[in-house]
Amino acid sequence: MQYPASFLLTSAGAFAATGVDFIATWALFLRFRQVAGWRIGEVAVFYGVIGASFALADALTRGFDVFGEQFVKTGDFDRVLVRPRSTVLQLLGYELRATRVGRLAQALLVGYIGIRLTSITWSWTAWATLLFAVAGGMALFSGILVLQATLAFWTVESLEIGNALTYGGVEAAQYPLDLYARWFRNFLIFVVPLGCVSYFPVAAVLGKADRTGLPAQLLELTPTLGFLFLGFALWVWRYGVRHYTSTGS
Amino acid sequence: MIAGVVRPYHAVFRARFQLLLQYRAAALAGFGTQCWWGAIKVMIFAAFLAGPVASPMTLRQTIDYIWLGQAFLMLLPWSADAELARMVRSGDIAYERLRPVDGYAYWYARAVARRTATPLLRATPMVLLTGVVLPSLGLGKWGLGPPAGVEAALLFVASMALVVALSSAFSTLLDVLVVITLSERGVNILVAPLAIVFSGSLIPLPLLPDWLQPFMQYQPFAGLIDFPFRIYGGHLIGWSAVAALGRQGVWTLILVVLGRAIMRRAMARLETQGG
Amino acid sequence: MTEAAIVVDRLTKTFRVAQRRSGAWNALAGLVRRHYRDVRAIDDISFRLAEGELLGFVGPNGAGKSTTIKILCGILEPTAGQCIVGGVVPWRERVRHVARIGAVFGQRTQLWWDLPVIESFELLRDIYRVPPARYRQRSDELIARLDLGRLLGTPVRQLSLGQRMRCEIAASLLHEPRVLFLDEPTIGLDAVAKLAVRDFVKTLNRDHGVTVILTTHDMHDIEALAERVIVIGKGVILADGSLASLRRGALAERRLWVHFAGEPPTAIELPGAVVRQRQARSIELAFDPRTTSAHQLIASVASTFEVEDVHLEEPPIEEVIARFYAQHEVDG
Repeated sequence: MQYPASFLLTSAGAFAATGVDFIATWALFLRFRQVAGWRIGEVAVFYGVIGASFALADALTRGFDVFGEQFVKTGDFDRVLVRPRSTVLQLLGYELRATRVGRLAQALLVGYIGIRLTSITWSWTAWATLLFAVAGGMALFSGILVLQATLAFWTVESLEIGNALTYGGVEAAQYPLDLYARWFRNFLIFVVPLGCVSYFPVAAVLGKADRTGLPAQLLELTPTLGFLFLGFALWVWRYGVRHYTSTGS
Repeated sequence: MIAGVVRPYHAVFRARFQLLLQYRAAALAGFGTQCWWGAIKVMIFAAFLAGPVASPMTLRQTIDYIWLGQAFLMLLPWSADAELARMVRSGDIAYERLRPVDGYAYWYARAVARRTATPLLRATPMVLLTGVVLPSLGLGKWGLGPPAGVEAALLFVASMALVVALSSAFSTLLDVLVVITLSERGVNILVAPLAIVFSGSLIPLPLLPDWLQPFMQYQPFAGLIDFPFRIYGGHLIGWSAVAALGRQGVWTLILVVLGRAIMRRAMARLETQGG
Repeated sequence: MTEAAIVVDRLTKTFRVAQRRSGAWNALAGLVRRHYRDVRAIDDISFRLAEGELLGFVGPNGAGKSTTIKILCGILEPTAGQCIVGGVVPWRERVRHVARIGAVFGQRTQLWWDLPVIESFELLRDIYRVPPARYRQRSDELIARLDLGRLLGTPVRQLSLGQRMRCEIAASLLHEPRVLFLDEPTIGLDAVAKLAVRDFVKTLNRDHGVTVILTTHDMHDIEALAERVIVIGKGVILADGSLASLRRGALAERRLWVHFAGEPPTAIELPGAVVRQRQARSIELAFDPRTTSAHQLIASVASTFEVEDVHLEEPPIEEVIARFYAQHEVDG
């Protein structure tokens, strides 16, 4: 981090830029008051949770994000392999981007406002569930980025799918999933378990478990799927590294 | 051979147009992203509009607006010309003053190529998907519908032509600002959020709070997304529509004049660097 | 074109440069109020160039070469003085002026990065509004002479520096300018490429009568091409004349290499000559040709020692220039 002033400025810029996102939500609630029975405070909590998860995951896994471009293409990955540390750990610390800090701050702010606007009973389980949801979301997004990076072992072209799932995922999970069509909702629960790290746990915390048709206790545990997803992604990654070293790229 | 006066501008337009049409891989990736975004937005907006509070735009108009907005996303002046930015950094930009052409017009021709080739490339598959494929699957309700009538269609075409002119003027202004600031990052970072919100790309302008409406209708970005797509859906009709076209034209002129003035100073300033 | 293709008369250019003081406090203060100082890049420069002349423009960095060239090209306006190129004042009638000149700037490219070379040429043809028939003839000629045939389909970004330079030169001549500005055209090129470029420029000037102004740090370019040299230092003209006269003025010296069968003698006393260097089997003598003739010196050397071979040399041109700069207290 060479230029603290520029870092701060870029963070502020990112804060403003991602804040743009929420302007639409705010404007819509101002006019329509509610959507499918949800109010703005509640939606703000969804927004905060998923936004924070992604910002944190992205801050950590930047190395995976640019993996194809900066490590495989250039052959720099060979240097990473030579060092006596886990490849994952090495890529984790790669680059802390100012934009992510701004994003995180914005997500947390919106989430906090949401929490203040809703009438949640603030028990320890509520806080624990929220934190667990964010952690699970971090794991999930990290997993997506790791998978996208693993693709770089096989194809030279960086496929944009990862971006669609991460940014697109954040975009989709900002709102409670019961707004969406059935097929889309199922995709976001069973294929890429975004629902499990945002919709389910937050619905439980907000006392709206009945909307999901599942008991609250179960909902609070669903972020586990985020960790499982990450585990799967890391397994695929290890397979990819083995493939890379055996074929010599 | 094209008429002498216009020849250089037509040539650079055609060269960049053909070059930009080759970026098919990026267009495909963009297509996927835009479809996803569009689908999410449609579902969200449909949910909001299903509530008890009345909406200034019908669901049909809103869905058409969203799909058109996604399809023609590249009409927005997202960033300065990367090639020009590279030239500023490497010093190659010095050659721009050595060409026997009007500097601004030359850059404007480049911008027009960017604002027609790329949107065309990306919009075509999206319009086909949402306007043809979805209806044929019986999902026409969620896809892109036809224009609201003959008058709407004609005004729409005129408005789109003005969008190209306006957006190109915006883009050229950005390019000129890159020359002044000698870096494209600042300019790019600033413009994107402004363009998204004020053009109506993020949310149709009429859905923003009522007290914002007068301001929103008169600012320059509105002519990029909001006007043409509301005309298409029949939300902006008759003399209001014509007035909107007029505003597109006026803003284009203002941006051109501004761009020309700043360019003169920017190029003069450039030469004082380096002995 | 008028009799004198280029007329430069008392040209002066002063830049206002913002002063940047070091230290955080000063930087902050600098945001509030800027201090400027005037830098006189060129001061009262005058010279004339006839049509078909090839001028070498030499000087250390920051001497004012680029500023002068930019004014002549029409992309910079002088603070004072007059300048006319082919009857036109460059910065006043920019479009008309630049249509008749060509320019090649060593480190930069005027070609389009992502386009194949031939498409760049065609784009330039349209920008300069060259009639198609003339373009075809001209480009065929240039492509043949500069051996660009195999490069035409290659995107410019994939060319090596030497290849790109040849393309740049061709590009600058497609519209048949009568005046050509070359700014460091051989920088970074290998020996073969340099020779090719020099050869081409010489032919262009000699056979086609194109007026050429060549700015360079490579003195071998000057030696090969320029009959006339202008030396600029600290914004003023220090010399304007032939290379030979520059030599004489700066370093009136010739060198005689004497080769011996065995080891050279330790003590050598020769009137009018000084030992410059000793090597295993030879010594280098320096003498002033104005006072001592080469013929005399060779004769006296041959009569005094057992000599196997001799040869005469001029001091390398870099040394001449360095000496010249030193004489005028200009950093080379």
